Amino acid sequence: MEKFTVLKGLAAPLAVINVDTDMIIPKQFLKGITRSGLGKHLFHEMRFDEDGRENPAFVLNREPYRKAQIIVSGDNFGCGSSREHAPWAILDFGIRAIVAPSFADIFYTNCFKNGILAVKLPQGDVAQLMADAESAASATMTIDLAAQTIRRHDGREIGFEIDAFRKRCMLGGLDDIGLTLEHTEKIAAFEGRQRRSLPWLYDRKPA
Amino acid sequence: MAPRTLYDKIWDSHVVHTYDDGTTILYVDQQLIHEVLSPQAFEGLRLTNRRVRRPEATLAVADHNTPTTDGRSDETAEDDAKEQLAAIRKNCRDFGITFFGVEDKRNGIVHVIGPEQGVTQPGMTLVCCDSHTATHGAFGALAFGVSTSEVEHVLATQTLLATKSKNMRIRVDGRLPFGVTSKDLILAIIGKIGTAGGTGYVVEFAGEAVRALSMESRMTMCNMAIEGGARAGLVAPDEKTFAYVKGRTFAPRGADWERAVAMWSQLPSDPDARYDREVVLNGPDIAPMVTWGTNPEQVTSIDGTVPDPEAAPNADARKAMANALAYMGLTPGTRIAEIKVDKIFIGSCTNSRIEDLREVAKVLKGRRIASHVAGIVVPGSQFIKQQAEEEGIAEIVKAAGLEWRNAGCSMCLGMNPDRVPPGERCASTSNRNFVGRQGYKARTHLVSPVMAAAAAIAGHFVDVRSWA
Ligand code: SF4
Repeated sequence: MEKFTVLKGLAAPLAVINVDTDMIIPKQFLKGITRSGLGKHLFHEMRFDEDGRENPAFVLNREPYRKAQIIVSGDNFGCGSSREHAPWAILDFGIRAIVAPSFADIFYTNCFKNGILAVKLPQGDVAQLMADAESAASATMTIDLAAQTIRRHDGREIGFEIDAFRKRCMLGGLDDIGLTLEHTEKIAAFEGRQRRSLPWLYDRKPA
Repeated sequence: MAPRTLYDKIWDSHVVHTYDDGTTILYVDQQLIHEVLSPQAFEGLRLTNRRVRRPEATLAVADHNTPTTDGRSDETAEDDAKEQLAAIRKNCRDFGITFFGVEDKRNGIVHVIGPEQGVTQPGMTLVCCDSHTATHGAFGALAFGVSTSEVEHVLATQTLLATKSKNMRIRVDGRLPFGVTSKDLILAIIGKIGTAGGTGYVVEFAGEAVRALSMESRMTMCNMAIEGGARAGLVAPDEKTFAYVKGRTFAPRGADWERAVAMWSQLPSDPDARYDREVVLNGPDIAPMVTWGTNPEQVTSIDGTVPDPEAAPNADARKAMANALAYMGLTPGTRIAEIKVDKIFIGSCTNSRIEDLREVAKVLKGRRIASHVAGIVVPGSQFIKQQAEEEGIAEIVKAAGLEWRNAGCSMCLGMNPDRVPPGERCASTSNRNFVGRQGYKARTHLVSPVMAAAAAIAGHFVDVRSWA
């Protein structure tokens, strides 16, 4: 997982509430075998028409937002199914942070598992950042995770809250697996005990 | 020690480490995987140069994408499925994991294969990248669905990060009446508690009616615990459980068997264990159930009618109900028994075991399906298929005019060639009636196997209790 420290990037305004996982990446793109490559299908139905042509009105099809690294959006971002293809598609497109007043639970967790910073802010703060993002001149912002701040184009800062454990993982680029592997000795000790009481679980071969 | 529930006991015996905030590294005894949601987990292992900690503790099958027609192979699958079918084969070979491919006589639906092979055992923790993993809870195993990232976590560490759920007990007193199955019971439970009723809980099914159920019927019930929002469903292991497991490929043998049974017998909840919530139903009151909407909570009994959105408690509920009825093409007030069906699907990890097929054969025997109806019967595993053929069940199914297929998820999820065409109405023994689940614009009514068989004959839903 890539570290997240300071991100200075362009924010795309997506002023929609309840952005669901079907909007982020529809069912027909779940048949792949890699996490990468999903970015080209991100927001498929909003981004393309039925013949696969770009919809010029959609924000990610407009300059300068094609290179956006941040999305500013409405309430309940990421609702719908628990598919992890949603954060994969977002990351593969190049987005590293999403700012919204609230997120769906599973999506929120999945973002951090994949190195995407999901920032929850009060409605008023999101509205200001949304307004900034709407004009190219003010759409660049700097997210400093260690300081827990978002610096706007004019230098003013907005603070945000984040769980200390999640923050540590993001700053260090530590994924869940890496953290658990720090406890390998305990896992091995558990297995040693279990092997004595349930030996057949350690000798499983199909007939 | 304070009295503990079955869930408490399994949880306690698998804790490896607990972080300050309660997040627990929980040991996973067994993982099951299938082709659709596992490839990215192996991709992750390769990218990070990690190995599989205990390859023998994972079992893989191809079931979601596979065709069910005769002469099948990876090559006869739909084009966009071939990549995933090839990937699971390669991943299992590269990492030393046992794999039952579509050509294997041990192939079948992941949640049917686990118990059939004796992989599923009481007291264990078991995960799979499929929502209906709770099926294995019928054995008194703590079993739940996980995401692809979690599959990777389990492959690499043989553990999972989890937080403990609360305890709920659903007690069903008395016995189920004739013609009423555990499918009807679980639909009635979901109708009562709602699709979010179990959120935050692990549910233990208990009471006289549950004790009286066969292992197959308990699996049907636990399978749908997730549809009531629960993290997992459990039934305390008993003599029936032990008898089912004994002698299967992966089951303990000899002296190990005696030790296992002694340990498993300690698992049932202590008599004075506390539950955070308790729900009680009366078994004799349960009737055959049919869903009318687009989630399993939208359900009524066979003698009911399609409800009127006007009667809903608030505007949101009214809107949700009206949308469901529009999708389903149903008018309020219509008697359930008048609803005509076009398709029949008997299969899925909910209802495709030998006992289900035997009951279906009893209804179909000597009868023909209605002329406007078509349908398929899909055994849960190739072993079940073979057994049903030996018992003459396949002949009865075919003589009645239904197709007899090979094992797989089939029409449960509209991801392989078996789909319900747009606008058609299907009586289905599966577990989800969501919008688009069985195919684009497909209309699903969840029912028990005998209710599906009876609907196939009558051409519309019919009360199977009057069919004896
Ligand atoms: S039959 Fe349906 S619910 Fe069961 S494992 Fe297959 S897709 Fe999942």
